[in-house]
Amino acid sequence: MSAENNAIANREPLFRITKRAGISAYKAWAIRLTAVVFALVACGLVIVAITGQNPIKVYLSIIDGAVGRSRRFWVTVREMMTLLIIAIGLTPAFRMKFWNIGAEGQLLMGGAATAAMMIYFGDTMPNWLLLVLIFAASSLAGMIWGVIPAVFKAYFNTNETLFTLMLNYVAIQIINFCIVYWENPVGSNTVGIINSATQKGWFPKLFGLTYGWNVVIVLAITFGIYIYMKYGKHGYEIAVVGESHNTARYAGIDVKKVIIRTMILSGAICGLAGAIIVSGGSHTISVSTGGGRGFTAIIVAWMSKFNPWAMILVTAFLVFMQQGSIQIATKYGLNENASDIITGILLFFLIGCEFFINYKVELHRKKKEVQ
Amino acid sequence: MELLLTFIQKAIGQGISILFGASGEIITEKSGNLNLGIPGIMYMGGISGLMGAFFYERSTAHPNGFVGLLVSLLATLLASALGGLLYSFLTVSLRANQNVVGLSLTTFGVGFGNFFGGSISKLAGGVGQISVSTTASAYRATIPGLSKLPVIGELLFSYGFLTYLAVVIAIFLTFYLTKTRRGLNLRAVGESPATADAAGINVSLYKYVSTVAGAAIAGLGGLYFVMEYLGGTWNNNGFGDRGWLAIALVILALWKPVNAIWGSFLFGGLYILYIYLPGLTRATQELVKMLPYVVTIIVLVIASNRNNQESQPPSSLGEAYFREER
Repeated sequence: MSAENNAIANREPLFRITKRAGISAYKAWAIRLTAVVFALVACGLVIVAITGQNPIKVYLSIIDGAVGRSRRFWVTVREMMTLLIIAIGLTPAFRMKFWNIGAEGQLLMGGAATAAMMIYFGDTMPNWLLLVLIFAASSLAGMIWGVIPAVFKAYFNTNETLFTLMLNYVAIQIINFCIVYWENPVGSNTVGIINSATQKGWFPKLFGLTYGWNVVIVLAITFGIYIYMKYGKHGYEIAVVGESHNTARYAGIDVKKVIIRTMILSGAICGLAGAIIVSGGSHTISVSTGGGRGFTAIIVAWMSKFNPWAMILVTAFLVFMQQGSIQIATKYGLNENASDIITGILLFFLIGCEFFINYKVELHRKKKEVQ
Repeated sequence: MELLLTFIQKAIGQGISILFGASGEIITEKSGNLNLGIPGIMYMGGISGLMGAFFYERSTAHPNGFVGLLVSLLATLLASALGGLLYSFLTVSLRANQNVVGLSLTTFGVGFGNFFGGSISKLAGGVGQISVSTTASAYRATIPGLSKLPVIGELLFSYGFLTYLAVVIAIFLTFYLTKTRRGLNLRAVGESPATADAAGINVSLYKYVSTVAGAAIAGLGGLYFVMEYLGGTWNNNGFGDRGWLAIALVILALWKPVNAIWGSFLFGGLYILYIYLPGLTRATQELVKMLPYVVTIIVLVIASNRNNQESQPPSSLGEAYFREER
């Protein structure tokens, strides 16, 4: 800091911040790893403060809670796949700088379509045909929910962040509306397990694994989107539109068409995620079917810089910690919202560390050297 | 007539939380920060006030309502301002993406509220649900003589002081934004931070102050909900989506706090309309509950269609500002 400038506005700041031209992958990952370590320490402190347990024991309980038993391990895998497919679905939209905050609503609509198919066609067709129908219907429902704000964005430049956000709550009310007709038993105000006797519309086991199909479908879509974004003409167009609408227009890209087409894809995948949750996991539908995953996935997609491999890592880490902290909460008789606190803390650290990857911070040395 | 009176009273009761949230969010957005963490901050504000009162009431044999009120008010302001500070630090100083930070903050805040709301009495070694009746009755106290007047008393004077505070804050913020030098500077920061910076306005400081102040105001919405609306207890997810409605109300109010006053009463009315509309079935009730969101979407579309400078969001809304990137 220089002494001669007295006015606050002219004072040299303590730090000098410059944008990095580039950073080696090694260094970037070192920064992220440091952030993860800090995040784990912070989470540990919070848990210790609340439960008063030995920290080592707390971390061991987290590991035990996430992957300790075969069943817990597979639940963790299932949750991870669910979060991953939503994040993958959001990727094309975000690449285009279209802030689709509506994944929660899109997957709820997909889930509702899935539940409808299971309830109304459960007894009329073979399971494989029903599943095909479920995939089609859930994608279609998510797609419709995604394309509405896209059309308004394309033609009227309506703010998509707020539009998609509001549609989430419209979707929640639609679910509430459906529950009135689907509730089972009557008067419970919940849908209950659908087709629990016949298991119609449920994902069958694959290689003896209950959640085998979840893994296969999600990984296939992840791979598909990776190819689509990286090697397809559409992927290139999306990237150009994301950088600048004017550049895209100059290059002869139909911006309106790209926005609508991309949101059709994004919405459809999020809708399919609803089918994976309902058919492949919970076998029921409620307003908490999404469980906030539509929002968490936004953060996952953004933090991974739309890189699918990073996305797998981030989802694995987040879900691992969530499942682990749910276990701790159950063990000490606390409510499971503890996992949201843990997720929040992890996210703050991971978000904050991006700054140190993008910018270089230097302490100000003597004024001579600065000049 | 009696029914209409009750309806208006209840609509205002529903609206006040949303009004606090919207006023806070407006002043935040005017600095160019789209704080999607407001719903979480409102949860944090609510539970912190409740916890403050809870620990105070446990610490003395004869709790005084007024002291409880002060303690909970301070706890709320502190916790929600801290939420705003965290948001500002990450988005302004660390230039993280605003949507991402906001959503994380909401995840954290809602979890924070539900976790402590559900477990605090257990953690403190008690049983049952958290309850602070003495403090809550201080929040619910009305002006003695006036509230007994027929009709007018019920319509205008039957609320606790937070209701009037919400309206006063909204009016004050409008005055601040349109009639004071600092308010104009703040709007300049939100419209074009580079221009404001060139004019010698400390962009980061304005963003910090308005976001932290906005968060503190929004937190009062949570406090209102737990104290006056619920009567000093906690109900997991009871606050529901009111935080998001507050963000929706910002759009409906076209970024003017004064509009948010009647807007919040309208939203409050729409929120409970299903109870008062005759002839609704359980299913159609759910459709009526959709109205606040549908109305917001319609306003959003109309506002984007009308090319009117006055009714647009601040131009730099959602974008981080880095001087060297111009």
